[in-house]
Amino acid sequence: MLEIRSLSAGVAGKAILRNIDLDVRAGEVHAVMGPNGSGKSTLAQVLAGHPAYTVTGGEVRYRGEDLLAMSPERRARAGVFLAFQYPVEIPGVSNATFLKAAVNEVRAERGLEELDAMEFLEVLEQKLKLVEMDRSFLSRPVNEGFSGGEKKRNEILQMAVLEPTLAILDETDSGLDIDALRVVAHGVNRLRRPDKAMILITHYQRILQYLEPDHVHVLFDGRIVRSGSKDLALELERRGYDWIREDLAVAARPA
Amino acid sequence: MATAVSTRARYLADFATREREGALERPSWLGPLRRAAISTFAEAGFPTTREEDWRYTNLAPLAQMPFTPVQTHEPPELSGTTVARLGIEGADWPRLVFVDGRYARRASTPTRQTLADGVRISSLADAMQADAGHGDGARLERHLARHAKPDGNVFAALNTAFVEDGALVEVRADTAASQPIELVFVARTPGVLAQPRILVIAERGSRVTIVERYVALVDDAYFTNVVTEVAIGPGASVDHYVVQEQSVRAFHVATLHAAIERDGSFSTCGVTLGGRLARTTLTAEFRGEGGAAALRGLYVIEGTQHVDHHVTVDHAVPRCTSRQLYKGVLDGSARAVFNGRIVVRPDAQKTDANQTNKHLLLSDGVEVDTKPQLEIFADDVKCTHGAAEGQLAPEPLFYLRSRGLAEPAARALLTYGFAREVVERIAPVPLQAYVDRQLRALTERLLQRSDRTAVEAAPSTKENR
Ligand SMILES: Nc1ncnc2c1ncn2[C@@H]1O[C@H](COP(=O)(O)OP(=O)(O)OP(=O)(O)O)[C@@H](O)[C@H]1O
Ligand SMILES: [Mg+2]
Repeated sequence: MLEIRSLSAGVAGKAILRNIDLDVRAGEVHAVMGPNGSGKSTLAQVLAGHPAYTVTGGEVRYRGEDLLAMSPERRARAGVFLAFQYPVEIPGVSNATFLKAAVNEVRAERGLEELDAMEFLEVLEQKLKLVEMDRSFLSRPVNEGFSGGEKKRNEILQMAVLEPTLAILDETDSGLDIDALRVVAHGVNRLRRPDKAMILITHYQRILQYLEPDHVHVLFDGRIVRSGSKDLALELERRGYDWIREDLAVAARPA
Repeated sequence: MATAVSTRARYLADFATREREGALERPSWLGPLRRAAISTFAEAGFPTTREEDWRYTNLAPLAQMPFTPVQTHEPPELSGTTVARLGIEGADWPRLVFVDGRYARRASTPTRQTLADGVRISSLADAMQADAGHGDGARLERHLARHAKPDGNVFAALNTAFVEDGALVEVRADTAASQPIELVFVARTPGVLAQPRILVIAERGSRVTIVERYVALVDDAYFTNVVTEVAIGPGASVDHYVVQEQSVRAFHVATLHAAIERDGSFSTCGVTLGGRLARTTLTAEFRGEGGAAALRGLYVIEGTQHVDHHVTVDHAVPRCTSRQLYKGVLDGSARAVFNGRIVVRPDAQKTDANQTNKHLLLSDGVEVDTKPQLEIFADDVKCTHGAAEGQLAPEPLFYLRSRGLAEPAARALLTYGFAREVVERIAPVPLQAYVDRQLRALTERLLQRSDRTAVEAAPSTKENR
C-alpha cells in the first residue's frame, strides 16, 4: 500500500529525515518509535503533505501512485489520514461544519453522494459512540478550548468519520488518561480492516498492547535504525534508547 | 472642484424650493432645526481628505454625482414577489419597507395588529403629519434631531435639513417588545438620494430590538444618507442591527447616535457587505451612570469597496461599560478605515472600556487604516484596546487541507470562521441564520476564484502564503 524509498526531507534548510525505507502492506499495523526530535512527526507531516517540509530525495508510492506529487487534499481524499500530534484550533468553525465539509469531499472522491444534514447526523451519532464523545463537542469550534485528551479523541472521531485507508496516528496516545486510552484504542481497533493499514507513532508500549503492531521501527536521528516485531517495543520499554545509541556508535567505529 | 460645488448648490436650491413651498414647517418646530442644519451644510460642504475625520475616505466621487430625491409623489409600490423576496426566512416579525427612502405602506406589515400594547411603530412621515395636526408629538419634538447633532457632521445636517420620512419606534415604560422590528430600505431607482431618518425612543425599563436592512434592486449608483437616533431611557435596553447589502456602486453614509440614560443598555451590530463607499459615524453617549454599550461590526469587502467606521464612545459619566469588536475581511483592492475613539471625561471614574479591531487580509492589494484614539481624563478607569491584521495562518489551512478540503474551500472556511465571532453574537435566530448564509456564500465566492486545478497539482513543497 505504501512504499517509502530512500526518503530524505527537511524543514527550513535543516535536514531531518535521511534515507527512510518503509513498506506498509494492506492489513498491517506499523509502530514507529524513537526519541524526541528524531523525526517521527516530520515523517508523518511529509506523508500528509505539509508544505513547510521539503523533500530532498527519494520517493513515496501510495497504492502505486506518486504520493509526493499529490496535494494534501488529494492525499486525504485518496484515503490518507494524519491524526496530528498537536491538533490545530479553528476558531469560529464548528466541529460539525468542519466534519461535514471534510466527509463530503472524501465521499465525492469515492463517487458517493453528498450526505444531507440528517444523514450526516446519523453517521456522526454512531461515530461519537465509538469514541465515547459527547455530542456537545459538535457545536463547539474545532479543538478550541478542548483539553489535550479531548483534542486527541477528536482526531479519532475525524478518522472514524472519514474512514481512511492509511491512517497515521502521531502520538494519539500521549495525553490520554487510562480510560480514554482504552476507549481510543478500542475505537481504532474497530476501524482496522484487511484492506486498511496504520502507522502508529508512539513513545509507549501501552497502546501497542491494545493494537498489536505487526512491525516496530525505531527512528533515530532521521534514520530507521532498527525494525522488528512487537517484542522490540517491549525491549525499548525495558531498556530505553541508550543501547541503540551504543550499538550505533560501535557500528560506526572503524574495524 | 466645480462639480462638487454645483452639487452643493443644487441641494441648497432644493432647500430654497421647499422653503417657498412651506414644506419646512411641517411640523412647525422642525423649521428652525432644518434652517440651522442647511446652513451647517452650506458652510462646510462635503468634507475633503484635509479634514482629520475624512483623511482616508475620499468623497470626491460622491460630491461629483448630482443625486436627487426621487421625483414622483406617487406612493411607492413593490410587486408581491419582490416583497416576498425581501423577507428573511423564519422572520415573522413586523416589518416596515421603504423604497428609495419613502415608506411603502402596502409592502409593510400592518403594524397595529402585530404589536404589543405600548409599542408603536409608524412611518416618520405619518408621525410628523399627526404631530402637525394635533400636537400629539411632544416626544417627537423632544427627540428628533436632538441626539445626532448636525454640527460637525455634514451628513447628519443634510439629512436633518430634508428630513421627511423614515421610521419612528416608541416603546412605553416597562414594556418589552416581544419581537424584533425590522426596517427594510430598498433601493430601486438609479441616481436617487434617499435620506431616511430613524428614531427609536425606548422609555424607562423598556426593551426592543431593531433591525435595519439595506437591499438593492438595482446595481447602479445611488446615495443613501441615513440618520438613526436611539434614545434609551433609564434601565431600558435596545439591541440594534444593521445588515447593509447595497449595490457595489452605491454610496452609503450612516450616522448612528445612541443616548444612554442611567443603567440603560445599548448594543449594535453592523454587518457591511455592500456599497462602493460605506461610512458609518457611530456615537454612543452615556448620560447616566451604570450604562452599557456593546458596539460590533463586521465587513466583508472586495474589489474597490471602501468601508469606513468612525466610532466614538463618550464616557461622560462614571461607572459605564463599553465594548467594541470590529472585524473586517478584505479582498481585491478593498480598503477599510477604522477610527475608534474613546473619550473618558474627568468625572467618569470607574469607566470600563475596551476596543478590539481585527482585519483579515486576503490579498496584497488591500489597505487598512486603523487608529485607536483614547482620550482619558479620569484616573480610576480601565481602558484597553487591541488591533491586529494578518493573513490566514498556515497551520489551520494545512489542517483543513489534510482533511480533504481544497485550498480555496479551506481558505473560505477559515475566513468564515474569522467572521463568526461577530455573527454568533446576533441574537435573533432568523437574522443570525440569514447573515450566516450570506457570509458562507460570500466567503466561498471570494475564494473560489483561486484556480482549483492549479492548487491540486501543486507539489508538497509549495510554500504557504
Ligand atoms: N518547522 C520546523 N522548524 C524548525 N525545526 C523543526 C521544524 N519542525 C521540526 N523541526 C525539528 O526537526 C526535528 C524533528 O522533529 P519532529 O517533530 O519530527 O520530532 P519527533 O520525533 O516527532 O519528536 P517528539 O517525539 O518530541 O514528537 C526536531 O529537532 C525539530 O526541532
Ligand atoms: Mg512528534
